[in-house]
Amino acid sequence: MTMTDDPIAPQRRARKQARRSMFIRRPFFTVSLIVAVGFVACAVFAPLIAPYDPVQQSITAMMAPPGGAHLLGTDSYGQDILSRIIYGARYALLIAFFAILIGATGGLILGTAAGLTTGWVEWVLLRVIDSILALPSLILAIAVIAILGQGVDKVAIAVGISMIGPFARTVRSDVLQVSSQLFVEAAGLMSITRLTVIWRHILPNIVFPLGVQITVRVSEAILVSSSLSFLGIGVTPPTPDWGLMIAEGRGFVSFAPWMSGMPGIALALLLIALAIVGDGIREEFDPKMRGHQ
Amino acid sequence: MLRQASAKIFQTLVVLVIVSIASFSLLKLAPGDPVVLMLGSEYSQDSYDELQAQLGLDQPVALQYVRWLRDFVTGDWGNSYVAKTDIFAFVVTQALPVTLTLTACAIVLAILIGVPLGVVSAVRKDSAWDVGIAAFALTGTAFPSFFLGIVLIWFFAVKVGFFPVMGFVAPWEDFWSGMLHLVLPALTLSTFFIGMIVRVTRAAMVEVLEQPYITAAIARGEPHRRVIWVHGFRNILMPLVTVIGLQLGAILQGAVLTETVFSLPGLGQMLTGAVLGREYVLVQAGVMLTATLFILVNLAVDLSYPFLDPRLRAR
Repeated sequence: MTMTDDPIAPQRRARKQARRSMFIRRPFFTVSLIVAVGFVACAVFAPLIAPYDPVQQSITAMMAPPGGAHLLGTDSYGQDILSRIIYGARYALLIAFFAILIGATGGLILGTAAGLTTGWVEWVLLRVIDSILALPSLILAIAVIAILGQGVDKVAIAVGISMIGPFARTVRSDVLQVSSQLFVEAAGLMSITRLTVIWRHILPNIVFPLGVQITVRVSEAILVSSSLSFLGIGVTPPTPDWGLMIAEGRGFVSFAPWMSGMPGIALALLLIALAIVGDGIREEFDPKMRGHQ
Repeated sequence: MLRQASAKIFQTLVVLVIVSIASFSLLKLAPGDPVVLMLGSEYSQDSYDELQAQLGLDQPVALQYVRWLRDFVTGDWGNSYVAKTDIFAFVVTQALPVTLTLTACAIVLAILIGVPLGVVSAVRKDSAWDVGIAAFALTGTAFPSFFLGIVLIWFFAVKVGFFPVMGFVAPWEDFWSGMLHLVLPALTLSTFFIGMIVRVTRAAMVEVLEQPYITAAIARGEPHRRVIWVHGFRNILMPLVTVIGLQLGAILQGAVLTETVFSLPGLGQMLTGAVLGREYVLVQAGVMLTATLFILVNLAVDLSYPFLDPRLRAR
């Protein structure tokens, strides 16, 4: 088989061409990517960057406004907000990472199964996916939290489970698309076993669209996990989590708006940056989106 | 068409059954023994057995499920362990009306703001308006709603002092006060949805405006406004209704957050309180109710297509 027989070779070439100029053609994308990478850097190097211990309380510096010794102010326990935001990036991204891992793996298994089977098995699998999708991710995550209890690891599991449905749906449509290609039929005609066809021909071709999905859904994972913490059923205090910080500041909004405001701005900034990055990646790399442009 | 509709209804029923099994297992998977929870710390084996039999928990799981489903469908949702109130009555008379009012207001607001913006975007494609609206839509979709709510409280209620900060007044009891209490929550909840609607409206309208019948209408000399809002608008109804149906889940989950921000006593507060108080029956009721709402609305959306698009009726 020569390279030209590879059905995604033209796409690959187009992608290479796009990669060179994408950052120039999409200035907002570039800026957003830098912001997102900045947050990742904060998460990785948190102990080096943060000026204070994120959980160190101080009676003398309670609810200090931004400026001075505490750049973004302190909360009602005298904890430094800037340090908590920097450490918060660590928790947000860590939870998102594991949640995506769970969601993508589960979705890959369920979606591939639904895409490859036919008849009543497919029908049942589709109804199972429908059922998972019938629950909004936050509600599903709340149900899982109700069973598991609170904590960083539990939030990651709950958010991960809530993402299986959406992942499964897109994986299934990708599998269907690849399965209808001629090379899959050809492999079948060459009496290559079904499992080998799946492993060698179908799975490699759905990895890339899955990667695109993952980048698009990182922001959703962060949003749902911080929502859980905001509702007070996610991670437990004094963990420096943005959702939790926003919730804690809610009662002080009239005289210490920075308590909610600073972590809220951090969260909004990251989510908007990720949305722009996700949109850019989807528009550049998703073959289904190309037709619309 | 009738066959398609009945197949769709059957699928929906199966999905409802699967969701109900999942909700039922929630109670089974939940830590702690409900009998122990109800009896408190001190009890005898006899009273334990008695209550277990009374609750039907000594029966096989399948039978328990059938009983539970029957009770759920007939509105017998049991009592809250802690508050000892009837859950069904509480949900139907207190929590659900709040959530549905908020959701309905947010959807109406989102349509009123989102559709015109989307249409303007499509008509003036690639103009500064288009770019600006696209940026607004993206920000609106990505912005965390619960933080937006706090920003709105801080600005309008604390700084300007124009709107009441929190709480719920039923619009059917005191219409103006109720509406005033709903403005900020509905705005908070609708923001992400406005973004969605703008995007869908724009995409659909751009496609529709390229159709021959639009060119024909313009050629006939029909006024521009009529071309867009009559000929164009009718043809974007389907994608619009679809997105409203599909995003209902997202709106309901947004309502959970918005209710917490503005202290509205709806389903969201009920769910959070239930998780914190380990009242699994309440969690279960909330989960079942949200899923059922979502599933039924989407069934309605599916069944409404032939009414929205006469071309689908023939098939």
